[in-house]
Formats: sequence, structure tokens, C-alpha cells
Amino acid sequence: MNFYLLTVAKFAVVMAAFMTTLAYLQWVERKVLAHIQLRPGPYRVGPHGLLQPLADVIKLLTKEGVIPPHASKPVYLLAPVLAVATALVAIAVIPFGPKITVFGVETYMQLTDLNIGLLFILAASSLGVYGIALAGWASNNKYALLGGLRSAAQMISYELPLALALAAPLLLLNSLSLRELAEAQAGYYWGWLPRWAIFQGPFPQLLGFVLFLVAGFAECNRIPFDLPEAENELVAGYHTEYSSMKFAAFFMAEYANMITVCCVAATVFLGGWHPLFPAEYGSNFVPSALFLAAAGIVFYHGAHPSGRRWDRYSLPVFGVVFLGLAAVFLIPALQPVLIPLFWFAVKAGGLLFLMIWVRGTLPRFRYDQLMRFAWGRLFPVAVANLLVTAFLTALVAG
Amino acid sequence: MDLILFLIFAVIAVGCAINLVVQRHPISSALSLIGVMGSLAVLYLLLGAEFIAAVQLIVYAGAIMVLFLFVIMLLNAGVERGVDKSRMARWLGVPLLILFLGVVSYLVRRFYPDRLDVKFGGFTGGGPAEVGRKLFTEYLLPFEAASVLILIAILGAVVLARKEMD
Repeated sequence: MNFYLLTVAKFAVVMAAFMTTLAYLQWVERKVLAHIQLRPGPYRVGPHGLLQPLADVIKLLTKEGVIPPHASKPVYLLAPVLAVATALVAIAVIPFGPKITVFGVETYMQLTDLNIGLLFILAASSLGVYGIALAGWASNNKYALLGGLRSAAQMISYELPLALALAAPLLLLNSLSLRELAEAQAGYYWGWLPRWAIFQGPFPQLLGFVLFLVAGFAECNRIPFDLPEAENELVAGYHTEYSSMKFAAFFMAEYANMITVCCVAATVFLGGWHPLFPAEYGSNFVPSALFLAAAGIVFYHGAHPSGRRWDRYSLPVFGVVFLGLAAVFLIPALQPVLIPLFWFAVKAGGLLFLMIWVRGTLPRFRYDQLMRFAWGRLFPVAVANLLVTAFLTALVAG
Repeated sequence: MDLILFLIFAVIAVGCAINLVVQRHPISSALSLIGVMGSLAVLYLLLGAEFIAAVQLIVYAGAIMVLFLFVIMLLNAGVERGVDKSRMARWLGVPLLILFLGVVSYLVRRFYPDRLDVKFGGFTGGGPAEVGRKLFTEYLLPFEAASVLILIAILGAVVLARKEMD
């Protein structure tokens, strides 16, 4: 089939899914944070606030975009574009599943496979800092400038442990292409322990995984490392002076970066689309079982509504949807596509949930603590992890 | 396709480089330099040196230029004012530049008339594995010497900074 047509089709699917995830990740975050803080969260727009992202998009689109006076206009307008473009481009090299056949066409569940895929993601993330730093500078606002300065210093500092933590599993798996990295983690030790990088010999990368996650939090400017937008010191940090779609661009960039970090962690450390336990033990039935359980819970709460009156009608509808999803995962023709996708989504989604959970529970670092943590703790540990991995890998190979 | 991409990014690179010199504000100049680095990375990619392209983006555009920008923002450098140019520079600058470029391109044509290996995608040793193997076998001494040099520079910076603090 025509290469270009296939690429366009894949691009459309990935982009639609990515944009929907971006919009609903924000809803999930608000809901999870709300439940951590014993609030119901968004509830008014649609059942359980499910249409809230749509309402937010309409609000942001129709708001007036104010450009502050004395702002450096070209740079001010360039910054959000840079931020969102570098954040969105990284999804192109993430593999969501193995080779599949759709309508007789063989293709990989990945937009494109670069042999320098991981370097490409690192390059995109290292360019992403310009959006934030320039936004802070161009706004002509001292709080924004402080936010931009902080983010530049923080990104530079945390990129080093991030790259070093990523380098260690590369030694085990012997590639830079994300698809080959995921494929190198197939199979099981003793028939049950998956050969993911965090379990793989000769040196399991559990420590590297933790290091990567911590540095990844900092790269995304998430709590506890959200100094660039610390709202009780800097109003809103680098995006204080931004409104309407230009603000939305920064918002999207932040969530896209979160998704990228979680996808990379899932691919490099958690085995990509490979299931937690072999198919002989029934790993193909996990999604159906999970959706059945969800349907059961929702039906139960629909029958015994405790909150809103509407729950009596809305929850059974969700229950039926879950039952339908459980049935879809059992169709043999769709299983080669859906099962890997499910495992990948579970891993990335679990990490995203962890990010939100951390935001709900941890306080923010002080600035000097942030820098000391990066250079004094994270960096030496990452170097040690890399050296030990390199030594053991060479020992086993030699 | 390769030629079109080459022309686009070559024009961007040259345009950004000219803009870098012409602009009066340090931030604009730094941004132009980032543009030059980015388009150079694309040119490397077109030649088939994908590792160099990625490193160009990560190291130069992603780390060094961020530090440049950081320092400019930290010092809050304003618009530069030009000093009085000498009359000779004003009249002879452009012709001398053109002469110099002409001599360079003539010499390149003269001594390397037809380098067949320099063409789009013609370079095959540009992957990370090939570059790494070359670095650790054929070019081990220059590689190690360069790393020692960088280490010396870092130590020197630390010593100077400490002297300032006392």
C-alpha cells in the first residue's frame, strides 16, 4: 500500500487518540485530586463532569487574548508555539504495540521508528525549555521572568540525571530505537517473571527507573518540582501574562510532556506492550475481567445511589459501556491489536496516575533544595547506576 | 525531495546566521543562533549522519544555548549600541567578505573536485553504534584527550569561581 497514505492514516489515528487523552487527562487529574482532597471535583457539565474538557476548550477559544504592553511581541507569540510543538512531536516515535495486520496491510503500531528514537525524544524535550524560558522573558513581568529563569536552570540540571538514568537500560537492551528496546524485553524468566528492564539481568534497572521518574517529574515541571510556576511565590510563573489559546498551548504542552515521560518510562523500563504474565496463564483475559469488575461496581452504585439523583440513570449506562468494552476485548480478530494496546495503556496510565497522586500529596521543594537534590543526590546515584550496569554488562558479555 | 529540503534549510541557516549578526538585541541573536543549530541538524540528517544530528540538537541547541539564554536573561542585557565603525570596514567589509567566500569555494572545488561520498544519504556510518565503535577504536586518543581537556576546563572554572567567593 502507498506509504504516504498509510502514514497519513496512522497519523490521524494517533493524533485523535493523543488529543482526546490530553483533554481527558486534565479531567482525570481534577477528579483524582478532588477525591484525594475529599471533594467531588467537576460534576456540573455532563454526567460526572465528563464534558468539562469540552467546556474548557470552548472557554479558552472564545476568551480574549491579551498581549501585555512592552512585551517583546514576536518572542511572546513564538514561545507557546515552541512549547506545544516540541511537546507534541515526541509521540511520533513511541511504539504502542507490535506488528499488526489491518485490512491485509502489515504495519507497526507506531508512527515512525527512528534508529535514534530515544535521542529524538531527548532532543525534543531539551528544546522544550525554550518555550518556557522565552515566555518568561518576553512577558516583561518580573514574576514571569523568575519563572522562566528557574525553569531554564531546572531543566538543564535535571536533564543530566534523566539521560544518565535512560542510558543504563540501553546498555542492557542494546538499541536506541524504541521499538527494538521494547522487543528486547519480550519473554519471561522461569516462565513467569517478565524480562522487563526493571527485572532484566545482569543488573535490574529498578533504581534507574526511580531515578528516571524523579527526573521526569522535574522535566515536566510537576509538583514537587513545579518551581517555575510556584503559584504562592510567582503568581503563575512563566505563563502569568498568557491568556486564551496561548495559555492553552502551555497547558497542552505540560500534559503532553507528562504523557511522553510516562510512555518512555513504560517502553524503556516496563517492557512496552508486553503483558505482566504469559498468555498461558490467561493474561489475554485481564482487560475483560477488569472491565467486568468495573461494570459490577458501577451497577452496584447505580442500584444504591448515595449522591446525585442522576446516578440512578447515568451509572447503569456506564455499566453497559463497560460490559461492551469487556466483550470487545474478547473478539479474537481484534485481540492482536487491543491486548498490546491495553498493556501499554495500563503501564503509561498507571504512571500518569502516580504523577497526579504525587501532586495531591507532596509539598514543593525549596529552590536550593531542588538544585542540591539534582546535583548532590540524583546525579551521583545515576552515574553509579550507569557504571555498575556497564561493568556487569561487560562482565556477562565478555 | 532531498534537494528541496536542503535548499529550504540551507536558506534558513544562512538567513538566521545573517540575522544573528544584524540583530541588536542579545536575545534575538541567541534565538537566531538556535535557528542556525536546528537547520544544521537537519542538514546533517539529510547527509545520513543521524547521530550527529541528534547530538547537535541535544548538546548545542538544547544545553549550550539554553545556558546562553539563561545568562542573557539573568543579566537582563538590553539592546546593544553599535560603536562607530571605521570607514574602511564600512566600504571594504562586504567586498572582502565576497572575495573570501569566493576563494574558499574555489579552493574546495580545486582540491576536492568530485567527492562522491558527500551526497544526500550517502554516508552510512552515522548511526550511534558505528560512531561509538570508531570513537573507541580508531579515534580513542583524540577522544580521551578531548575529555581530559574538558575536565581541565571544568576544574579551572571551579577554581576561578572559588577564588571569587573568598
